[in-house]
Amino acid sequence: MSTLVLTLITGVGLGALYFLVASGLSLIYGLMHVLNFAHGAFLTLSAFVGWQVAQALGTETWGGFLASLLVGAGVGAVFATLTELVLIRPLYERHIEQVLVTVGLSFAAVALFEGIWGTDAINISGPPWLAGTTPVLGASIPNKYWVLIIAAVLVLLALVLFLRKTRYGMIIRAGVENRAMVTALGIDVRRSFTVVFAIGGAAAGIGGVLAMHAQTFVSAHLGSTLLIFAFIVTVVGGLGSLTGAAVASVVVAVLQQAANTYLQGTGDFIVVILLAVVLLVRPSGLLGKRA
Amino acid sequence: MSAEPILEVTDLSATIAGQQVVESVSFQVPSTGITAVLGRNGVGKTSTLRAVLGLIHRRGSVVLAGERIDSLPTHRIVQRGVGYVPEDREVFAGLTVAENLALAERQRNPRRDFVDALFPDLVQRRDQRAGTLSGGQQQMVSVARALLNDNRLLLVDEPTKGLAPMIVAQVTEALREASTVVPILLVEQNLEVVRALAADAVVIAGGRVVHTGSARGILDDPALTTRLLGVSAGARA
Repeated sequence: MSTLVLTLITGVGLGALYFLVASGLSLIYGLMHVLNFAHGAFLTLSAFVGWQVAQALGTETWGGFLASLLVGAGVGAVFATLTELVLIRPLYERHIEQVLVTVGLSFAAVALFEGIWGTDAINISGPPWLAGTTPVLGASIPNKYWVLIIAAVLVLLALVLFLRKTRYGMIIRAGVENRAMVTALGIDVRRSFTVVFAIGGAAAGIGGVLAMHAQTFVSAHLGSTLLIFAFIVTVVGGLGSLTGAAVASVVVAVLQQAANTYLQGTGDFIVVILLAVVLLVRPSGLLGKRA
Repeated sequence: MSAEPILEVTDLSATIAGQQVVESVSFQVPSTGITAVLGRNGVGKTSTLRAVLGLIHRRGSVVLAGERIDSLPTHRIVQRGVGYVPEDREVFAGLTVAENLALAERQRNPRRDFVDALFPDLVQRRDQRAGTLSGGQQQMVSVARALLNDNRLLLVDEPTKGLAPMIVAQVTEALREASTVVPILLVEQNLEVVRALAADAVVIAGGRVVHTGSARGILDDPALTTRLLGVSAGARA
């Protein structure tokens, strides 16, 4: 029983991390039809800068932890905004080139981060509570998972409120359905591209800092590892569907944890099998728009 | 036609995925009333409207109220006072009626009262998702979006397509009402609707303009109607 509880809760926690990365990917693809391979770079840079902020304020203090989160979100948003303005916008409507430039940026960013912060992983210890556990139905749940879950729920709520209650949110929802018609209403849809990149970058930034605290280290490859699962989650959930990304994050991560626990560490393999099954049976994903 | 057209299209050509869909089309739209674009299926009527609006790749000259707009992106053309009612409505299915209308509002004081009076059914369905509306109600949303602003020209593409006769009458009446304040370039297959609404007509065949003149001049001449549109007046082109 306790193993099952542990598997489920840590699965949801891992799913929360996937969601933080996948939410931006999904929104960006839904609106712009760009698979953003540079998303991992947003995450990694945010984690490194977050680490430096935490170092300056005290890595074991909650103040340092919260400041690293806020700065990480800001760094992710700024990096993503610059990427959209400088690299993506000049290639408007040239989707292949846009994807290629994000691939190039992801490689260049890893090299740059290794140049600045070195090739070895840097260990970090957050507030002591994060390293502790909380008993739930006989299982000892690592506290870091609660933080991941709370952060993802808050980000999801913020995104839903933004999409439902603001004009930009309305434009983004409409643009995901029919971008040409949005422009035919006199709206410059390209402005919302920048907004979507900034939001996605901020969520990835929060994900990067939390991933750093959860894994207790940061390295130049932090983003690329998480990006693979975020892409899987985005495809399984349905490209462009935020709700799909949320549901798929939990499904993928719980399945991964369950396979790791009960099927001798085959979590990654099972997730790839799930991806293949979804692509074969339901290519539009769990909640994606059918082609 | 009127001496001062609101829209002048000269040598307009357009392509979709490299395929020529409009070929050197030239015509004018008077600054009042409704001008119909007629032609058999697949001759390029919808593409002509989309080319004017910049929704597809185009070449040639498009002048709106004396200003060339053919190099502008679509949203800038619309901001200059061009409303668009697309074929197949293209409402945002996941957004409510109110959100669909709010997105279309470009001016500080949109003409909500005018639209509400024209389509009272939409007022009751403000919070309903547009995707759950009937085809007729979706068409009302589509027309309403174009009427919320003080446009200089409306491009209306097959507004009665697939609608029940009662809804056709309602949409026809709405367009007649709208045409009292804004000129309309109308693509319409239902020749009865054209007869009821349009003063002028442009006939397209094979991507080119083959005839211009009064709408009644074409529709009252069975031989001309049959030759240009392939059907008799009273039927759908």
